[in-house]
Amino acid sequence: MGQIILYVIRDLVRSRWTLAYTLFYLLVGFGVLLMGRDPARAMVTFLQIVLILTPLMGTLFGIMYYYATRDFQELLLAQPLPRTHVLLGQWVGIALSLGVSLLVGLGTPFVVSGFGVGYSLVAATLLGVGMLLGAIFAGLALSMGLLTDHRIQGFGMALILWLFLAVVYDGLVLALLMILRDYPVEKLALVLTFLNPIDLARILLIMQMDVSALLGYTGAVFREFLGASRGMVASAGALVLWLAIPAILIVWRVRRRDF
Amino acid sequence: MALVEFRSVSKRYQRVVALDQVSARILEGSCTAVVGPNGSGKTTLIKLLMGLAIPDSGTILFRGTDIRGKYAYRRHIAYMPQLSYFPANLRVSELFALLPRLRRQPANPNPLIERFGIHTYLHKRWGTLSGGMKQKVSLALALMFDVPLYVLDEPTNGLDPVATRDLIRLLTSMLNQGKTILFTGHVMAFVERIASHVIFLVEGKKYFEGALKELLTRTRTSSLEEAAVHLIMNHSGVQGLEVRPQPVRTES
Repeated sequence: MGQIILYVIRDLVRSRWTLAYTLFYLLVGFGVLLMGRDPARAMVTFLQIVLILTPLMGTLFGIMYYYATRDFQELLLAQPLPRTHVLLGQWVGIALSLGVSLLVGLGTPFVVSGFGVGYSLVAATLLGVGMLLGAIFAGLALSMGLLTDHRIQGFGMALILWLFLAVVYDGLVLALLMILRDYPVEKLALVLTFLNPIDLARILLIMQMDVSALLGYTGAVFREFLGASRGMVASAGALVLWLAIPAILIVWRVRRRDF
Repeated sequence: MALVEFRSVSKRYQRVVALDQVSARILEGSCTAVVGPNGSGKTTLIKLLMGLAIPDSGTILFRGTDIRGKYAYRRHIAYMPQLSYFPANLRVSELFALLPRLRRQPANPNPLIERFGIHTYLHKRWGTLSGGMKQKVSLALALMFDVPLYVLDEPTNGLDPVATRDLIRLLTSMLNQGKTILFTGHVMAFVERIASHVIFLVEGKKYFEGALKELLTRTRTSSLEEAAVHLIMNHSGVQGLEVRPQPVRTES
């Protein structure tokens, strides 16, 4: 599997899309840090960017790579390798490439501007969470690709999943909690938060930054039930566990489908 | 002795029957061509052997062992897919390095790189190559391994006449060394030059299996092209022919 990971990284590192993605983060990173003098506000801006952009880019890279290399997958799958190694290797390769782009793109402005000095832990968490979100959504997108041979259908499904988890999910949760407001819904809210990696990432980062105003209802429940430090550990742990979902989906699908 | 055996293999893609109860044997040391009109199931047969598709029913044996759920048997098979679309940013030299590492198997690409003139674009990125160049690289990637069976899906696609001649010479020398070749093809002249055996598929059903000479004798034709037309026309009921439409099996 290591060889497959390496070839994906080698391929993606030379891709103009990866370069554009890295440059975008570099520009945004330097732009925000040069324009804003308040580091706390700058960090909130980075948080918003990472929470929206890393899942979206993970989704786009995952689905684009899947369809762009379908014929190469055929050759790889015809080698004496387990099917799962090929697709899981591709996923890890995409995730690592995206992670390196984020590290270079946002990490460089942090280091160069000295921003990391006061906010080193928050900045590290931000980068770590961004890498995890990118990996989770790239894996989910690959799983969507494995569900259908139709490129447009695959793209549609992957983007709808991203849209649902990034935008629609929170609205639905709030509506549900409003409807059930006469009942004790705190535990339900807690469970629902665990079901969305973007929510988990948001709560983890906001708790780390200690910006109560941005926590929202689910974040407040999280802190109330688990406390700030246990809440952070729980959300970070859950986010890492979320990596298992695309892995399971890929393994389940790749064992059954025709190529 | 059969290196590969398909036993009553069927495969459907949703409502389309790609293969219907096909049984066939690939004899060790033979050069077997899978021929038939478009959509006859040629590529499906090969994909089933390579484990790329899963049969709905039936069994495929490699050296007498059922291949279902296994992958180690593919160590003994080198495969060239019909379409050669590799990652655009990888260099040709990297592709030659990648496959032996993945297979954990030595390869000898240099004679093939020389023979097909690949050395002139060895350091170019895949995305910058022409269709013919890609086909030559794809062929070399399959033929560089020393394995008993080579499976080539439409190997002459996009090849110029010189490269086709070189390929015929190469495959002939490999056959003389006792290798087994299984390939699909549309170019009947190429099939006639190289194949010792033919599996003829029409709409997922096997209509002939056996030696090429036997096919010509049975259809009372002088070329594979005529024999193919004969079988297809007979199948579709356009002409009443002497060859009956039921599948025919002959032993070589």
